Amino acid sequence: MNSKTTYSLKYILLGLLLLLFILINLSLGSVDIPFRSILQTLIDSDSVKESWQYIILQYRLPKTITAILVGSGLSISGLLMQTLFRNPLAGPFVLGISSGASLGVATMVLGVSVFSGVLAGWALSSIGLALAASIGALLILSIVLLAARKIKNTMSILIIGLMFGSFTAAIISVLAYFSSADQLQQYVFWTFGSLGNLSWNEILVLCITYVFSIGLLLTIIKPLNSLLLGENYAVSLGVNLKRTRNMVLIITGILTGVITAFSGPIAFIGLAVPHLTKLIIKTSDHKILVPAVIIIGAIIMLISDTIAQLPKSEYTLPINAVTSLFGAPIVIWLLVRKRKIQY
Amino acid sequence: MTKTDLNSIIRSINLSIGYQDKKNKTFIAKDIDLSLNKGNLVCLLGENGIGKSTLLRTLTKVQPKLSGEILFEGRKLETIANTELAKKMSLVLTEKIPESNLTVYELIALGRQPYTNWLGNLSTEDKNQIQLAVKQTNILEIICKKHYELSDGQLQKVMIARALAQNTEIITLDEPTAHLDIHNKIEIFNLLKKLSQELNKTILISTHEIHLALQLADELWLMNKDSIICGKTNELIANGSVANLFSSDLVTFDLKSKQFIINHH
Repeated sequence: MNSKTTYSLKYILLGLLLLLFILINLSLGSVDIPFRSILQTLIDSDSVKESWQYIILQYRLPKTITAILVGSGLSISGLLMQTLFRNPLAGPFVLGISSGASLGVATMVLGVSVFSGVLAGWALSSIGLALAASIGALLILSIVLLAARKIKNTMSILIIGLMFGSFTAAIISVLAYFSSADQLQQYVFWTFGSLGNLSWNEILVLCITYVFSIGLLLTIIKPLNSLLLGENYAVSLGVNLKRTRNMVLIITGILTGVITAFSGPIAFIGLAVPHLTKLIIKTSDHKILVPAVIIIGAIIMLISDTIAQLPKSEYTLPINAVTSLFGAPIVIWLLVRKRKIQY
Repeated sequence: MTKTDLNSIIRSINLSIGYQDKKNKTFIAKDIDLSLNKGNLVCLLGENGIGKSTLLRTLTKVQPKLSGEILFEGRKLETIANTELAKKMSLVLTEKIPESNLTVYELIALGRQPYTNWLGNLSTEDKNQIQLAVKQTNILEIICKKHYELSDGQLQKVMIARALAQNTEIITLDEPTAHLDIHNKIEIFNLLKKLSQELNKTILISTHEIHLALQLADELWLMNKDSIICGKTNELIANGSVANLFSSDLVTFDLKSKQFIINHH
């Protein structure tokens, strides 16, 4: 079919763009490293200056990989939410899931005085934070979903999500009020968002979660497509609605939770990327959408990170500020230009 | 076993329908005994709010029954898995489908889901069935359009094509001709009649199009406040059941023209 060739053409183009932005992301930073040396480091590191090797392998490459995983993971979460809630404004942030993850982390970081000795050390470890963020994310997501079961009006569900956002923010404020300056600073830095602080071990954890979630996602591609007809039609096509809902819940909860734990609450990516993708690839078929959303999510995150690095300067902007600076205008532009957002 | 038993695909015994929340049950209709027979075009008629949609939704397992039995091919409906039921019964509902970028072809192809593999890839057989459904509903010229670009009449034909692609013995339609003009109404009803005659499909329609139903349906289910009367269309016209459908002095039923006529005082 004709559309199939245009899809594959767009895929090739997107793939090349991704490669380009990976290379740009690797080659720009506070230290000037020639492009050739970067390629050499990646292929065969012997002939390159040791300090450069260290910067690339221990700093830039982990950051680039993190950007790819974080960007695509959040975008996938957004896509799943938008299909499940059949609402173009759904996303990990709007539905309060990121706030849930924040609450989990805040409880760990700010409430750490409650834990003692070994337990405190474990609580502040990256795995402890990841777990807390995932539990927080899953908690808020299940409450929102429980509400969704009673309330059919999707606008009300979004408002409930926003309310949970304020609610968790209030709890975090109370926690912050009672915590020490050090703890507060640690938490605030976490909320700025950062892609560069991950060790290779943490990337491995992120990677495993990511692959696991995508694996789960593959099993619900078909029911996600039938959900495009609405729940009743989906059931009449043999879809197990409960299972599909729970799967979406688990996938977005884990993905958003772990990503938020490691990189901070990054706004707008989850909401904006699925829309951007549907503007470029005009389909609703999740078989085609999911890979496209993954690639475009990664590209957007790489661009945001490259901007956040402020190439050739010593400063780094908080990644969360950059995504919002770009994400908010994109969403507004979408709403103004396309009165009817397709999702 | 009598002959009607053999022909019956769906049977209800002492069925009560309605809504249920944690505390109480709201009954809409009680003691429904009926039988949907193979190859028939059946029209479910009744006033607004009498429970036609609820009955259809209960018989198709979209909504749980309150009490009684529903037997599907002799087995209890609630024991049949959704995946199995999806190969035997397809639906055309009144609800609008959510906004999406689905094309007409993709929408019809979703009807093949009960037969496709875990990723939903279409086999040659699936594509043939889709083509057949497109041909039967005569919508070839619009299959590349997005579903939101269609008129109400076109969309309804597409939804019927989707049900056909699902290749089920029974097709259930909830008010398929609401919001359509008279030309489209007749076209849809003719199409459904053709499908039941040529493909021997069992078709159950809830509708307000009494005139069309009286002319085309093999059987009628007349839903009143306290009972549901089932029977062959001609018999129900002859014994006055159709005339009693609306207990109002606004209209009278004219036997000759098979039409309700407005009373002039």
